[in-house]
Amino acid sequence: MDWTALRLSLELAACTAVLLVPVGLLIARELAWRNIAGRAWLEALVALPLVLPPTVLGYYLLSAFGGGSWLGQAYQSIVGHPLAFSFNGLLLASMVFNLPFAVQPMQRAFEAIPQEVRDAAWVSGLSRWSAFRRVELPLAWPGIVSSLVLTVAHTVGEFGVVLMMGGNIPGETRTLSIAIYDRVQAFDEKAAATMSAMLLVFSLLAIGVVYALSDRRRSA
Amino acid sequence: MSEGLYARLEQQAPIPLAAELRCAPGELAALVGPSGSGKSTILRCIAGLYRPRAGEVRCNGALWFDGRVDLRPQLRRVGLVFQSYALFPHLSALGNVMLAAGHVPPAQREAKGRALLELVNLAGLEGRRPAELSGGQQQRVALARALARDPEALLLDEPFAAVDRVTRRKLQRELALLRERVRIPIVLVTHDLDEARVLADSMTILHHGKTLQRGAPAEVLARPCSAEVARLLDLGNLFEAVVREHLPESNRTLLEWGGITLEAKHAPGYSPGERVSWVVAPEYVILHRRDRPSLGERENPVQGVVQECVSMGETTSVAIRVGGQLSLTMNIATHHARRNRLAAGEAATVTLLAEGIHIMQRDDAPRARAARA
Repeated sequence: MDWTALRLSLELAACTAVLLVPVGLLIARELAWRNIAGRAWLEALVALPLVLPPTVLGYYLLSAFGGGSWLGQAYQSIVGHPLAFSFNGLLLASMVFNLPFAVQPMQRAFEAIPQEVRDAAWVSGLSRWSAFRRVELPLAWPGIVSSLVLTVAHTVGEFGVVLMMGGNIPGETRTLSIAIYDRVQAFDEKAAATMSAMLLVFSLLAIGVVYALSDRRRSA
Repeated sequence: MSEGLYARLEQQAPIPLAAELRCAPGELAALVGPSGSGKSTILRCIAGLYRPRAGEVRCNGALWFDGRVDLRPQLRRVGLVFQSYALFPHLSALGNVMLAAGHVPPAQREAKGRALLELVNLAGLEGRRPAELSGGQQQRVALARALARDPEALLLDEPFAAVDRVTRRKLQRELALLRERVRIPIVLVTHDLDEARVLADSMTILHHGKTLQRGAPAEVLARPCSAEVARLLDLGNLFEAVVREHLPESNRTLLEWGGITLEAKHAPGYSPGERVSWVVAPEYVILHRRDRPSLGERENPVQGVVQECVSMGETTSVAIRVGGQLSLTMNIATHHARRNRLAAGEAATVTLLAEGIHIMQRDDAPRARAARA
């Protein structure tokens, strides 16, 4: 059991969730309620990580943040070490490939709020911010929790992009999923089995929570 | 007017609007029109939820909207009851009402909420969520919430459309009682003419976003200003004729109708030779008795053939074909119909009482003569 890898996975998941969910909330809200021209294309862009092979995603992320890119070089000159193959690089990549998991459940939740309910809040004298805080947020809450849980679960489970961007560096970018792969390659069945079982249970619990929430909403 | 509600809305697209609405404090104005005529849009414009291209909205002298000023809904003290009630599902009935009482000091909000729920006969149900309330109860919560803002005007968007008949009667009665206590302009949007007739002080007819006529319901129903309005009011017996001449001494105007000369109520606004529309309410169509032939001169005798007799309980609706194509509808007590042995194919003569023949603008006549009752 590689505890460092577990800690790394959880740290990555927590940081991604904390940073991405608020951003995702703003995006989800705009997509849900604003009549943007070409909205379908924006939604497709957000959903892209769902359909692209992890290697394609990894390739483009490396091109954007890797040693040859201006972002990578700028980062290196400020911080002192490269962005790719570091935890921060993983975090950035994680925020990109988790975008659909963060945005979509919240977007559905906001879309489910009838426009008339928002109108009623405004006509009742609530400012847009008050209406958001006291009416829209409570009603969209199950969707927000779903986003959080899915982002965390998906980050813990991500493999391909993490490998390409992270490079399997112990203590820095060797997450639990990479560690399992590593152990299988080394014929360490026992370690692989333990970590796999742990990930399985974790993922099942996470998905279970998400479905339980959507079930509650359906019966409400 | 400086008191009450005034709205003038103009727009070509995407939703055509050419409407004008007035409502004095304590008045209940019905806005009537078929589905899609723009009634809800007008309410949304007044509430500040929709911005028309041009126009003016004033309430009690304060300007809410004109081309440049456009107050947000939060700044317009208006109460709006939505067609679907739009209650906040995560709050109780009391919570819904209290959320709209933000202008009241926090310590008094609950008391105000309870008082309003009692006003709408919902005492005891304060803790229930909307999902736990019946349609009629939800409507009452929506009304209490609209009133919680201490609004300067109350707008009701087909509030009784989704409830059953018994509940509707009860709610209508409560609204009529509420009017007496809350002396603000109330605008009621409905497609139900009976409801407008029963509740409203004034009725405005709307079609394709355009206000066609405004007046007391009885007035509008008796004297529609055009054939279009008559059709919207579902008035039968709508025909076209040509004005022959005016007889001001006897307060009559003569019409040429398919070869028959009719004496109608005096309508000096139309010139001889002009093509007009006219309408006669079924109650002004009197059947001549068959066993007693016509005595002397009866008003506007019209001969025809009975097309169909539809017995609806105590009243029978009779359609009489006149001159081959035109069909006159009249109502007669069922026992009279039986006594006169009225049946399809039988000849029948009716009298059209001149008092009931109302002359109006034809559909494609120039709008210069738009009559406002």
